[in-house]
Amino acid sequence: MTSTDSFSGLRVAITGGTSGLGLALVRELVNRGARVAFVARTRERVEQVARETPGAHGIVGDVSVKEDIYPIAIQITGELGGLDVLINNASDLGPTPLRMLSDTECEDLEHVYATNVFGPFRLTKALMGALASSAREDRGGVVLNVTSDAAVNAYPGWGAYGSSKAALHHMSRIWNEEHAAEGVRFLSLDPGDMDTPMHAAAIPDADPITLKRPEQSAHEFVEAIAAALPQPVAA
Amino acid sequence: MLAATTAVQRPADAKLLVVDSQRNIVHVPRTAFVEFLRPNDLVIANDAATLPASLSGVHQPTGKTIEVRLAGRPSLDPMHVKRFSAIVFGEGDFHLRTEDRPLPPPLQTGDTLVLGPLHARVDELLGHPRLVSLLFDGTADQIWAGLASHGKPIQYSHMQTSLEMWDVWTRIAGPPVAFEAPSASFILDWHVLGAIREHSAAFATITHAAGISSTGDEDLDHLLPFDEPYHIPVATAKAVELTRRRGGRVIAVGTTVVRALEAAATDDGHLRSGYGIAKGKIGPATQLRVVDAILSGTHEPERVITNSCAPSSKTQPSNAPPPN
Repeated sequence: MTSTDSFSGLRVAITGGTSGLGLALVRELVNRGARVAFVARTRERVEQVARETPGAHGIVGDVSVKEDIYPIAIQITGELGGLDVLINNASDLGPTPLRMLSDTECEDLEHVYATNVFGPFRLTKALMGALASSAREDRGGVVLNVTSDAAVNAYPGWGAYGSSKAALHHMSRIWNEEHAAEGVRFLSLDPGDMDTPMHAAAIPDADPITLKRPEQSAHEFVEAIAAALPQPVAA
Repeated sequence: MLAATTAVQRPADAKLLVVDSQRNIVHVPRTAFVEFLRPNDLVIANDAATLPASLSGVHQPTGKTIEVRLAGRPSLDPMHVKRFSAIVFGEGDFHLRTEDRPLPPPLQTGDTLVLGPLHARVDELLGHPRLVSLLFDGTADQIWAGLASHGKPIQYSHMQTSLEMWDVWTRIAGPPVAFEAPSASFILDWHVLGAIREHSAAFATITHAAGISSTGDEDLDHLLPFDEPYHIPVATAKAVELTRRRGGRVIAVGTTVVRALEAAATDDGHLRSGYGIAKGKIGPATQLRVVDAILSGTHEPERVITNSCAPSSKTQPSNAPPPN
């Protein structure tokens, strides 16, 4: 049994699914036979990606907005009929050029936390029932939170982003302990420095040749999810 | 006593009324629910999330405002959301008692209803001025998006505060297929599920498209509950079998769970996994084949939020052990 088989029929939701790592994850998972719902803020991009990726369900929503969370959750579980894997990928870098923490406006910090911490918290909470049902049925029950090495290393200028990813990373560890008995697994993974629009915004003069392709990180993440799944899922 | 006008479904001081097989009654805090479990018991709840099934809009032929309350669908297939049965009210909203709500303008087959971003056509009149079968325009994804953005939870005038979706989703909510919240499940949270395990009992779920509880019209209310699709996971059917072998009890959280389990029961008390449609009504005389005890929410007549736990009619009062 290959890892491709384990994704056939698997119900996966991905936030931030129209660019960078999120888009690469949508394509990788659809190619492996998963049933994918992806979320992003811009309607035109959602519709474009949905057109280019037959079988994927596009959902317009902003995880940083509290009032968007339940409409997103309704569409994810409604269109997929449940949920086996949630990937909290949508991220906000904060204002660029990057600035020292003490020069960061409070409102900017709040917005970064709204996207990188409260968004994943609210969406995961709303979808926990679906994920636990999936785990009881031996289908899945996996949450992958996309973090960063900035979550554990104190890089000057990365205060808003790094501290928010540290919160998400630690929240993932606590969730994993609290829901182990339910069979729901939480992964907190750093994709590495990738050639993405976000990385270009953070470090404009970085040489793309030295950066990972998002497709490579997506492949690694999907393998990590496969390893966390209880068993191959029937289509 | 907590007034049911509070838009919160998980009050910390809610109570549980426990009726044993000798009809003895005790009141305890709702949080004490797990103390009445025995090793090898199986608690089964409905994991349906609540659909925002109240859709305000306009009856296009007359321009009159209406409220459509989705009330039923033929299956749980996530891509089959074009057809719903629905109750249609005239102008007004939940602040007015359903008994006092005006009729919608006379509805005819083929009429278009404009419901925010959604358009639906009256496909069939179902024998009452309020009751119709609707067909929505658009793809399944467009219909889900329209429901998610425009729909509101169905609610009644005894609660004046507008309900939000987070008020009507239980902790265990999964697919959004219930038309009203499976309210008995508000007793469950992740701490309680852990406590169930600590009592050496087990937990399982079914998915049941719980319908609306009231229409405000006596004739329509007699038709309730409508046919309701359900799904019994293989894991739940296996859990029931294991519970039987170990001598435990099957405890249904909510009457919708009773309805689904009994609809899926075989004559000899086994449980069939898979999809089905619950058509029967559960009443005092119903002989239950799967369920041993029921945990149910009650709101009448004093409109307090409380739950009750009672043995089912499957249990013979003369010889059955009490729930505690």
